[in-house]
Amino acid sequence: MNDRTNASEERAAGAERVADALRLDGNAAAGLLSEIFVPDVTAARATCAHCGVDRPVGALLLYAHGMGVVVRCPSCDGVVLRATRTSARVWLDLTGATRIGIPIAAPPA
Amino acid sequence: MSDATATVGRPLAARPIAWRLATVVDVVPETPWARTLVFDVPGWPGHRAGQHVDVRLTAEDGYQAQRSYSIASAPEEARIALTVERLEDGEVSPYLTGELRVGDRLELRGPIGGYFVWEAAPGAPLLLVGGGSGIVPLMAMVRHRAAALATASVAARHGMPARLLYSARGWDEVIYRDELARLSDGDPTLEVALTLTRESPQAWTGFRRRIDRMMLAEVAWPPPERPLIYVCGPTPLVESVASALVELGHDPSRVKTERFGPTGERA
Repeated sequence: MNDRTNASEERAAGAERVADALRLDGNAAAGLLSEIFVPDVTAARATCAHCGVDRPVGALLLYAHGMGVVVRCPSCDGVVLRATRTSARVWLDLTGATRIGIPIAAPPA
Repeated sequence: MSDATATVGRPLAARPIAWRLATVVDVVPETPWARTLVFDVPGWPGHRAGQHVDVRLTAEDGYQAQRSYSIASAPEEARIALTVERLEDGEVSPYLTGELRVGDRLELRGPIGGYFVWEAAPGAPLLLVGGGSGIVPLMAMVRHRAAALATASVAARHGMPARLLYSARGWDEVIYRDELARLSDGDPTLEVALTLTRESPQAWTGFRRRIDRMMLAEVAWPPPERPLIYVCGPTPLVESVASALVELGHDPSRVKTERFGPTGERA
């Protein structure tokens, strides 16, 4: 019994470590998103569809996987954005963002 | 026609980010595990301090590996410098830190990321907190600041105070050690604090532990001074520093973070 408890605790701790290992910031998605959008979307503000909090995409939490990224809201942990690259397509799922506000570039000096 | 265009407003951004062929023009050893690669990149559009590039390597059989590396050089410099730390089980960093030579070429795209960036301007004090190779984008900010100060008025010079708190495992692992000493010696408004977490020389008088709340309270400006804060390093360091700063009363929206993952090699 004790052994089993320990094993499951170890597994949980291991899973947590894996999640920590892969957790980055939204700004790490800038390269992949630049294949879809011309403006830099990590400097844009996104409103989370789950909790309504609005913050820069670069300040969201990014979980990197082999083929792409899942970007979550730090306030409610809801998925805001998913992007995946396959050999033929780059996929983007933005159902977790009710809106995205892209800053207008400064005029040339 | 051009009048009509002008009334529509300013464009959202310049142009898509393209892959470019970069040539290695210099290789500078920094520590036993890290070196700086200086590239000549024809058509480089310029960058902001804190941005990164994607590097793509293609093997003879067509297999490709891609990694992100922060830019270490100031926007004022014509060439792009990346400082790469060797990871024993890394796929890309052993090649970049071991085999790449002057004259070699690789594919690079950038500059990337408009969030973790800093533009030199008088105003709020600047606090930089880095761990390991997390110093790299912060160094671009320190260099950018030094370049801006060189042409600034005396008043502007005093309006841009900066502090850097940098955690390294040992004295030999402090990247840019001499340059940081030189810059802080020559600039009373730049303070550099080092903490050596594993090995320190006997005569070491600086911090000897991981960055904690007490250290941040000692080094950082008090929250009412509203410093602009950039934190970069391995994920566990960034998360503990960011939480401690918020607990100390700093506004979370003024704390920008860049996690490198636990190993320093980003996705």
